[in-house]
Amino acid sequence: MLNYDIVVIGGGPAGMAAALKARECGIESILILERAETLGGILEQCIHTGFGLQYFGEELSGPEYADRFIKQVNEQKIEYKTDTMALEITGDNKVYAVNKTDGLLEIQAKAIILAMGCRERPRGALNIPGTRGSGVMSAGTAQKYVNIDGYMPGKKVVILGSGDIGLIMARRMTLEGAKVECVCELMPYSSGLTRNIVQCLDDFGIPLYLSCTVIDIHGKDRVTGVTIANVDENRKPIPGTERFIECDTLLLSVGLIPENELTRAVGIDLDRVTSGAVVDEYRETNHKGVFACGNVLHVHDLVDFVTYESQTAGEGAAMYVLGKKTDSDQVTTKGVGAVRYIVPQKINLNNEGDVKLYFRVGNTFKNATVKVKYNGEEIISRKRPRLAPGEMENVVITNKMLQTFSKDGVIEISVEV
Amino acid sequence: MCYDVAVIGAGVTGAFAARELSRYNLKVALIEKCNDLAMGTSKANSAIVHSGFDAVPGTLKAILNVKGTAMMPETCKELNVPFKPIGSLLLAFSDEEMKTVKELYDRGVTNGVHGLEIIDSAKLHEMEPNVNPDAVGALWAPTAGIVCPYELTIAAAENAVVNGAEFMRNFAVSKIDYDGSVFTVSDGNREIKAKYIVNAAGVYCDEIAALIGDNSLHTIARKGEYMLCDKTVGNLVSHVLFQCPTIMGKGTLVTPTVDGNLLLGPTAIDIEGKEDVDTNADTLALILEKAQKSVPCVTTREVITSFAGLRAHLECDDFIIGKSGKNDKFINAAGIESPGLSSAPAVGIMIAEIIAEDAGAEKRADFNPVREAPVRFRHMTNEERKAIIAKNPAYGRIVCRCETITEGEIIDAIKAPAGARDVDGVKRRTRAGMGRCQGGFCGSKVVELLAEELGVEINEITKCGGNSKILYERTK
Repeated sequence: MLNYDIVVIGGGPAGMAAALKARECGIESILILERAETLGGILEQCIHTGFGLQYFGEELSGPEYADRFIKQVNEQKIEYKTDTMALEITGDNKVYAVNKTDGLLEIQAKAIILAMGCRERPRGALNIPGTRGSGVMSAGTAQKYVNIDGYMPGKKVVILGSGDIGLIMARRMTLEGAKVECVCELMPYSSGLTRNIVQCLDDFGIPLYLSCTVIDIHGKDRVTGVTIANVDENRKPIPGTERFIECDTLLLSVGLIPENELTRAVGIDLDRVTSGAVVDEYRETNHKGVFACGNVLHVHDLVDFVTYESQTAGEGAAMYVLGKKTDSDQVTTKGVGAVRYIVPQKINLNNEGDVKLYFRVGNTFKNATVKVKYNGEEIISRKRPRLAPGEMENVVITNKMLQTFSKDGVIEISVEV
Repeated sequence: MCYDVAVIGAGVTGAFAARELSRYNLKVALIEKCNDLAMGTSKANSAIVHSGFDAVPGTLKAILNVKGTAMMPETCKELNVPFKPIGSLLLAFSDEEMKTVKELYDRGVTNGVHGLEIIDSAKLHEMEPNVNPDAVGALWAPTAGIVCPYELTIAAAENAVVNGAEFMRNFAVSKIDYDGSVFTVSDGNREIKAKYIVNAAGVYCDEIAALIGDNSLHTIARKGEYMLCDKTVGNLVSHVLFQCPTIMGKGTLVTPTVDGNLLLGPTAIDIEGKEDVDTNADTLALILEKAQKSVPCVTTREVITSFAGLRAHLECDDFIIGKSGKNDKFINAAGIESPGLSSAPAVGIMIAEIIAEDAGAEKRADFNPVREAPVRFRHMTNEERKAIIAKNPAYGRIVCRCETITEGEIIDAIKAPAGARDVDGVKRRTRAGMGRCQGGFCGSKVVELLAEELGVEINEITKCGGNSKILYERTK
């Protein structure tokens, strides 16, 4: 059996930032477990730029962003095992993992940081009817084939879903010589970043059809086309709007799901909206000493925010190991109306600093007001020119406000037009 | 070289025919038009081992179902295929349907089904708490069970190959000549010679028989669509739940699968042609509606995939197994629809006995009925895991994380007798890609492993044979 103060599951941007912060806070004994052959996570296949504008103040590619953290992990001599899959977390914070060289590993941790990231929703989850030949894959899988393996998965492409990976792949496939026929989005708005819609679709003349979906997939061995149709306000296809589009590939960018199998198996409470753990402001779950950060906690649109959040979790885990994170009365947070969720879901009243609340809205708004209420009483009101589901928002609860709160109080965030 | 028997069609019927024939001193070829075993009806059906109360007494369906189901536990043990004898409940929602239950009970007793019992609403809801409260009673059939149909097919075929049978894939028979003692079977490119032919071509049985001038068969492809739900709802029910049968089939069922998922379906629609395995939105909605009649709390939220299969239906509504009227060395195994999976072990024996008797073949002393158990890392204890990784480090790398499938298991599936040659073949043998992410993460790794083991470029690898290549040329 191995012993570490902190075991970090996942060596992507979240896991690395959490580990580095924990080291900075004085924890020597840290082990990162990464299932891929290298650290860096999904950033390794994101060769486009746009990373790091917030955190580094410069525009980096995915591998460049990851590399800055990999270098620090190496400089700090933080231990990591790649090509290693965590199989199980036990109730007493033991981690079972497996790889080719060590075989089955049994690791006792004082604290565990969950940083497993997320996965893409597959076709099956959408229940799209039609045939089941080749040529249907998630946008992220296509991204790996093109950017890592160097092969084209198709020549004539329809993309379903306007999530960021779908938008990025529309541009990427076009640059590699494929014809991207269109991007269809079920909702009346895109869930992707505005800059991606402009730079990946508009700049290449790729049409984005909103309130439109794929209702049938054709072709026996290989996709030969799809039927698309407009949808009504209940997202049901409108008869008469069906049209056939010839293509050999359908890429799906229809949402990301936090990868919480380990979390669920050990009995950690999950938030039904985020599909991630319910956490406090240090991202500690209801399971003592287990923290979560990055896309396994809730899906982020910018890696920069993943980094910030993971540093918070790393600091929290370090405090826990050092005995500085003590039990406290808590208040809870609650999204109201268009505010779909808030992370963290709980705040400890003994926190000595400010607490940033991240939230996401379920609709687009122009010139709206974000209102924060404590037990029904307004404490913050802030005008926002634009709010969109694709862009995460935040508000700061100052420590001064926090000190006026009491046990079991409720902080609500809503949007008023 | 001349084979003694060419079995045409590597579904569950052909695989069991090949296995049973390989018990004798007969040289067997198992010929398949697709790139893998179990590519037709055998990969997309209800995965149920029926107790045998449905079929009309005296029919082959009735006789072989009861016999096959009785053999299933032992056969699955020999072939190392999981079989769960969970029993079935046929639900009645009215007094009228209780009459059907009684009729089927009587029919089952006549067919020789053991343990049948008519139970009342209280007992039913005690056995299945999630069943619709409106159900007034049920027919309990304890001998029914669940098995993975393609796993059973693959295991039977592997066992046949280990015992000397040869598996030939991508061999779509288009011509059969007979010179009075030997058949020449050809796909236009290749040909093989055989003294006997077993026609186990599923929905194509009629077309294969027609190649020797036997026009007595007419198969109708009857499509059934299904939805498969995540393992998180696999325990909603603990028995196979049927509704009262209709003229088109056994009705919509709700059942756990042997791997712990929940299966809903099938529909029954006679189709034109024999290739249409599309699913369609209206039908899927209908399945849900019907499934909710049995189990109201079923939703589409947990659906991970949908699929369709074709039943090889004959107008006579029975199996036709025996020598063709045109040529007594040509053995038809036609109209093998439900309960074809349940009957398969018995159908295999029946076919083998017909040929062995005609040919005067002897049973071999060295036949090995056991198919070695594949490594199943996910079912191992940690001690077993340590031991197997020490023996072969490839079992220490997890490729499919949803189902916890290792690189070693995938390589085994490719190297197996009649092994996998495409991504779907790996999936059916190992479950890699069968979980909730449906291959999003492991798909590209499986492609790499196939390319490496088969010694080809990764853009040669297909999803399911034919034109189903996954990748085109290199990027710029």
